[in-house]
Amino acid sequence: MLEVSGLAFGYGRRRVGAGLDLTVRAGEVLCLLGPNGGGKTTLFKTLLGLLPPLAGAIRLDGEDVARWSRRRLAARLGYVPQAQGATFPFRVSDVVLMGRASRLGPFASPGPADRAIAARALASLEIAHLAERTYTEISGGERQMVLIARALAGEPGLLVMDEPTASLDFGNQTRVLAQVRRLSRLGIAVILSTHDPDHAFLCADRVALLHEGRLLALGDPAATITPESLARIYGVAVAVVPLPGFRQSVCAPLLPD
Amino acid sequence: MTPEREAVPALGPPPDVADTRSGHRLSAVLPVLLPILGLLALVVLALATGRYSVPVGDVFGILAGKLFGLPVRAEPAMQIVVLQVRLPRILAALVVGAGLAAAGATYQGLFRNPLVSPDILGVSAGASLGAVLGIFLALPVAAIQGLAFAGGLGAVAAVYAVGAAVRRHDPVLTLVLAGVAIGAVLGSAISLLKVLADPYNQLPAITYWLLGSLASASLGDVAAILPAILLGLVPLVLLRWRMNLMSLGEEEARALGVETRALRPVLIAAATLVTAAAVSVTGVIGWIGLLVPHVARLLVGPDFRRLLPASLILGAGYLLAVDLVARTIAPIEVPLGILTALIGAPFFLWLLASGKRGWV
Repeated sequence: MLEVSGLAFGYGRRRVGAGLDLTVRAGEVLCLLGPNGGGKTTLFKTLLGLLPPLAGAIRLDGEDVARWSRRRLAARLGYVPQAQGATFPFRVSDVVLMGRASRLGPFASPGPADRAIAARALASLEIAHLAERTYTEISGGERQMVLIARALAGEPGLLVMDEPTASLDFGNQTRVLAQVRRLSRLGIAVILSTHDPDHAFLCADRVALLHEGRLLALGDPAATITPESLARIYGVAVAVVPLPGFRQSVCAPLLPD
Repeated sequence: MTPEREAVPALGPPPDVADTRSGHRLSAVLPVLLPILGLLALVVLALATGRYSVPVGDVFGILAGKLFGLPVRAEPAMQIVVLQVRLPRILAALVVGAGLAAAGATYQGLFRNPLVSPDILGVSAGASLGAVLGIFLALPVAAIQGLAFAGGLGAVAAVYAVGAAVRRHDPVLTLVLAGVAIGAVLGSAISLLKVLADPYNQLPAITYWLLGSLASASLGDVAAILPAILLGLVPLVLLRWRMNLMSLGEEEARALGVETRALRPVLIAAATLVTAAAVSVTGVIGWIGLLVPHVARLLVGPDFRRLLPASLILGAGYLLAVDLVARTIAPIEVPLGILTALIGAPFFLWLLASGKRGWV
C-alpha cells in the first residue's frame, strides 16, 4: 500500500534523515521507535505531505504522491495528532465531522450522510456517548479517541498516528493500542510512533528503529527490539524479558549500581 | 472514485440514529427569526428616538409611504428626520457593525486566538494613516475615505508580503508579529502628521476620525461601501465550514485535506476588504470585532456556519445600539470609539472572569 524508497527528509536545507526505505501493507501495523530528535515527527510530516521530500519517493497504491492534491492524499492517509487542548470549544461530533473534509469540495458543508459516517466512527470506538460533549471539556484519553474517530470519518486506508499514547494514563494507553489492533484487523494499515518499546510488542507487526534520521533496523518486534538495539538508540541499558505464557516481551531499563 | 471506499466497513454498521431534523419546524425557524425581528425592532426604535422624537406609528407610516408609495400623514419635518437624517446613519451602523463583527470572527478563527481583533494585521492603522493624510492635505471627504480604504488594504498587503518572505517560522505567528511591527511604523507616521497638522482645524478632525463616528454617514457612503463588504462576505459564506478546520492550525488542517495555503490569503483578503471598507466611512471603531464574536460564540458555539450569521446580526445590532446611545446620551455627540471601549472593556472583563472555560 505504502512504499517509501530512498527518502530523504528535513526542513528546507536542514536534512534530518536520509536513505529511508520501507513498505507498509494493508492491515499492517508499523511501530516507529526512536529517541527524541531522531526524526520521527519530521518523517511523519513528510509522509503526510506537509513537508516536501528532499530526495526519494513516496508511493501510495503504486502511485507517486508528489503530485496528489491535499484532499486526495488526506482521503487515503488519515492523521491522528497528539491530543492537545483546542482553541475553540467545538462539540465532539463537529470535531469528528471535520474528518470529512477530504471527502468534500472546498465550498461544501457536510450533509446527513457525512453526519451518519461521523456517528458511526464514534460508535465504532465505543465513544458515541461523547458526541454532544464539548471537546475542550473531555479528558485527554477521550480526546485521543475522538481524534482517532475523526481520522476514521475520512475513511482512510492508512492511519498515521504521532505518539498516540503520549500523556495518557496506563489504561488509556492500552485502550488506544487495542483500537490500533482492531483497525488493522479491519484492513487499515497503521504507522504509529511511541516512546515505549512495550507498545511495539503489544500492537505492531513490524518495528522500525529510527536513529539520527536513519533506519537502524526494521523487522518483527522480537527480532528488532533487543537489549543491544535499545541500548544503541536510547543510550541506556535495557533488559528485554519474554513474558511467560504470552507472545510478547517486556522492556525494563536498568540503572548501574 | 478510488478503491478507498472499501475502508467503510471499518466503521461498522450504522447505529440507529433518530433523525431529529425532520418535524419541529418552528423550533428550527425561531432561532433565525427572533434575532432578525429583534434587530428590526431596534431599527424602528432608532428611527423614532433622538433629539427630535418621532412617534413609532409615524415611523411605520413614513417607511410604508417610502416603500409602497402610500400617502403619508406625518409632518414633512418628521419625514426628513426619519428618512434623510436617521435612516442613512442607521443603515451605515448596520452594515459597518455586521462587517466588523464578521471580520473579527474570521480573524479569530484564522489566528486561532479569541483575543484577536480585525486590527491584528494593521488594517485600522493603515486606514487611519490614509485618512489622517487626507485630512492633513485638506482633501475632499470622498478622497479621505478612498485613502483610508487604500491605506487599510495596503497595510495588510505589506504585512502579508513580509509574512510570505519569512518562511522559517510558523506562518500565523510571523503574520501577527509582522502586523505588530508594521502597525508601529504606521502609528509613528500618524503621530508625525498629528504634530505637523494645524491644531485648530485639522487636529480636531483627525482626533474625531480616529475615535470613529457615524454622524456624517450618508446614503452615498453606504452605497459606496456595500459592494466591497458584500464581496468580502462571499468567501466567508462559501468557506464557512472550512473555516472550522482553519481554526485547528496550519498542519492539522492540511493533514485533514484543507488547502490552507490557498484558503488563508483568500480569507484574510476577504476579512480585510470588509474591515477597510467599514472604517473608511466611520473611522476606527474599536472593540466590536473583538467583543461581538465572543458573545456570538457564547450564544451559538464556535461552528462558523452558525457563528458567522450570529456575528453579523449581533454586530449590526450592537453598533446600532451604541450609536443610538452616542447621539442621545448627551447634548453633544459622543465619539463611538469612546463608547465601544467604555461598554466593551468591562463586558469583556466580565466574560473573562465568568465565561465558560475555553469559550473566552
